[in-house]
Amino acid sequence: MEVNEQIAIDHGLKKDEYKKICDLLKRTPNLTELGIFSAMWNEHCSYKSSRLHLKKLPTKGKKVIQGPGENAGVIDIEDGDAIVFKIESHNHPSFIEPYQGAATGVGGIMRDVFTMGARPIANLNSIHFGSPQHKKTKNLLRGVVHGIGGYGNCMGVPTIAGQTSFDSSYNGNILVNAMTLGLVKKNKIFYSKAAGLNKPVIYVGSKTGRDGIHGASMASASFDEKIEEKKPTVQVGDPFTEKLLLEACLELMAGDSIIAIQDMGAAGLTSSSIEMASKGNLGIEINLNKVPCRETKMTPYEIMLSESQERMLIVLENGKEEHAKKIFDKWNLDFAVIGKTTNSKNIELFFDNEKVANIPVNTLVENSPMYDRKWKKSKLPKKNKIKKETFTKLKIKDVLKKILSNQNICSKEWIWQQYDHTVMGDTIQKPGGDSGVVRVHGTDKAVAASVDSSAVYCWAHPLTGGKQIVAESWRNLVSVGAKPIAITNCLNFGSPENEDNMGEFVECVQGIGEASKYLNFPVVSGNVSFYNQTKEVGIKPTPSIGGVGLIKNYKKMITMDFKENDNLVLVIGKTEGHIDQSLFARSILDEKNGPPPEVNLFNEKNNGESLLILIENDYIRSAHDVSLGGLLTAISKMCIKGNKGIKLRKLKNLINEIEYFFSEDQGRYVIEINPKNLKKVTNILDKNSVYHEELGVIIDNEMIINEKTKVTIDELRSYNTSWLINYMSA
Amino acid sequence: MKSSVITFPGSNCDRDMDVALKKFGFKNKMVWHNDNELPKSDLVVLPGGFSYGDYLRCGSMAAKSKIMQSVINFAKSGGLVMGICNGFQILVETGLVPGVLLRNKYLEFICKNVFVKIDNKDNQYFKNLNKEVFEFHIAHNEGNYFCTNDQLKEIQDNNQVAIYYCNDDGKTDEKYNPNGSLNNIAGIFNKEKNVLGMMPHPERMIDKSLSGEDGSIFFKNLINNIK
Repeated sequence: MEVNEQIAIDHGLKKDEYKKICDLLKRTPNLTELGIFSAMWNEHCSYKSSRLHLKKLPTKGKKVIQGPGENAGVIDIEDGDAIVFKIESHNHPSFIEPYQGAATGVGGIMRDVFTMGARPIANLNSIHFGSPQHKKTKNLLRGVVHGIGGYGNCMGVPTIAGQTSFDSSYNGNILVNAMTLGLVKKNKIFYSKAAGLNKPVIYVGSKTGRDGIHGASMASASFDEKIEEKKPTVQVGDPFTEKLLLEACLELMAGDSIIAIQDMGAAGLTSSSIEMASKGNLGIEINLNKVPCRETKMTPYEIMLSESQERMLIVLENGKEEHAKKIFDKWNLDFAVIGKTTNSKNIELFFDNEKVANIPVNTLVENSPMYDRKWKKSKLPKKNKIKKETFTKLKIKDVLKKILSNQNICSKEWIWQQYDHTVMGDTIQKPGGDSGVVRVHGTDKAVAASVDSSAVYCWAHPLTGGKQIVAESWRNLVSVGAKPIAITNCLNFGSPENEDNMGEFVECVQGIGEASKYLNFPVVSGNVSFYNQTKEVGIKPTPSIGGVGLIKNYKKMITMDFKENDNLVLVIGKTEGHIDQSLFARSILDEKNGPPPEVNLFNEKNNGESLLILIENDYIRSAHDVSLGGLLTAISKMCIKGNKGIKLRKLKNLINEIEYFFSEDQGRYVIEINPKNLKKVTNILDKNSVYHEELGVIIDNEMIINEKTKVTIDELRSYNTSWLINYMSA
Repeated sequence: MKSSVITFPGSNCDRDMDVALKKFGFKNKMVWHNDNELPKSDLVVLPGGFSYGDYLRCGSMAAKSKIMQSVINFAKSGGLVMGICNGFQILVETGLVPGVLLRNKYLEFICKNVFVKIDNKDNQYFKNLNKEVFEFHIAHNEGNYFCTNDQLKEIQDNNQVAIYYCNDDGKTDEKYNPNGSLNNIAGIFNKEKNVLGMMPHPERMIDKSLSGEDGSIFFKNLINNIK
């Protein structure tokens, strides 16, 4: 087939991009070459709309061993140990085929991590669905949860934390973001940079089939009514093969045979071979007849663009082929020498003794398009003026009931009980806490991780929203006693070709950058997912932040459950009564306008660091950060988890009770301390200028809010636990 | 005391079991599914996981793997063989213990702590245990025990039920049944009671920082019984 402009457009390329390809090659590409260009130059692989802005993120730090640009980021956790981690989206495939889409998302991110030599030790996920009333939501949720569990459980990697939200903006485009942490010795990290000439290029893992062809291109386009036709672009996962691949790769990595290794993720053999060659400034030659294929008569075009799962590409040291083959044979995996590194600086493909493609590597990578898209700055919305009577009409107990049973606050146990969260025998904080925590096997250390997003805040004011998520991630780590080290981000947005959506992206990234710089909480890996929209309507901007921190002595880990009667409960950080964009405003008052709560980075840092000092001194019995739903929601969750009650003190504040209990001011934590340590605790907080207030004292069985309002812990629990179970069984 | 843990392709609780056995004093060896011979052992463990990806039927392919012939011979000669979770599914497939394990009643994977009742103590595994109700952990998709009426009668006549799901008081009502198992059965012996298959994972309950410590009681008692 002769390639022309229309065929290029059918591949998702723009007219001027096609022209650029012809100019760079000084000829018309053939179909295989065009396929390769379209795979490398699509948004998903080339970051053409985002690169310019991502460059501004802080990516360096004392603890950063590897920032963005590799398969995953790497941080130092001392004693020669390092944590490899990354978050990645699998939104489009999960909407088309929820089980396989979510499953292969989990499989893909684990591969990114073990490609670098790390054994995966924890999985997390951030999943977002349309309105619960939408006809597709229930099946999508069930399928995604089964898919995440199906893959992660089989791999034997615990899923330790996650986040689930419902919002009508995801009706036509759900989000599935998967994150993995792996453990590696600092001196045994593997990279994707090829080096040396005539080194054998090895293909290992599953055979190549026709599944997932153009998956990355599909992920770079909006959905329309023909969405069902895109099913064949969804990959099919086989976690069993991936488990074998993991063990085989780690076995091979124990020796010194590997020069470079890259998993075949988006755009399969194309992007893996090109990335290795590009990083090594080399050429690569592949004989496509040698690629193990699952189906007959596959063409070079199909082989290069297949996104079949569970495959790796490795550049080996000469003479190590037999040794490597033995390992892969042991694990019953395909192994084939398919090519070699060359000095041509081109990717050269051969099939049936003919050269079927010959492209300079740099044209695919360095010369890929980069756009400075137009974007619109957003204004900070005006504050709502809510009348006092609005509050006085409401009964606290009714509000609390509605908030605790709200779909975005309620217990997600129905979900995480389907994930194996205890395999590997090191999970010391299960899902449902502020962060998941796993021990570093055989040591006193533990690693905490959480994943957060606040689409509502980002939608109301992207800059503030971006800052807020980073701050919340930081707080979630601090709350369990972990020192925050670094983050990974998954940036889920609408179309970059739409000025509003692009503006949301630019300003969220700016907010993330500001907060991560201030908190010394650098971004070490991530991914961008644009075109999360159906027809013209984009999702609410939803950056997900995955944070990782270190607990030096796991016995000092903190949980949120109230522990002991007569202990005092304090709140750190000031409650100003910011109601706009709170869950209260949106779900009780039905008020969707106004600015999100302000993020004061000085307070965030100061409050968090001061809490870490209190934890280090063993003064803290439980702690929980105050976020969605406000103070009373946070306290309720601590009561439910600990099966304890609380008698709250009479408020000294000038603001209304409702504002005090349900506002979403940032930088706050609820803590439990032994009364004998009160003086010592307040001294430390005062010395560091941290605002604090006494909230009450822990008792049995009930929450006493004021003289007139009491609620039992069993009631609180039933508000909180029933919504999701009822919804899924209805 | 010597133990062996068999690693099948897709096993994923083999390391956890190794850690647990060593913690309580076993000299443990990992044995590859493709080996012919079992090392000299006082206890052989088939660990949890997804052997052969659970394809065809959970445990069915592992039951036919090379090492299993030695394991079966070892069991038939009276050796202690314990299968946990996927290991239980493998034991069922070999016929060493009766019955089958179906998909969980609500068709969902379940990972949580459960209470189990152990009152069948005339055997090497449980004798000398000084309590009956244990908090163990389950994590499975196919733990719904089922057998024919004739089999059930035989199992009961021979006192082969090893463990029941129950509440914290030891009540074995249907409401404390997490997966639909017949009569709340969580574990089964062979007739001779040297082979034990059970869904719960005692190896995940060996440290108070984890889900609990009742697994420690089980392992400590087990090694003392074998000594």
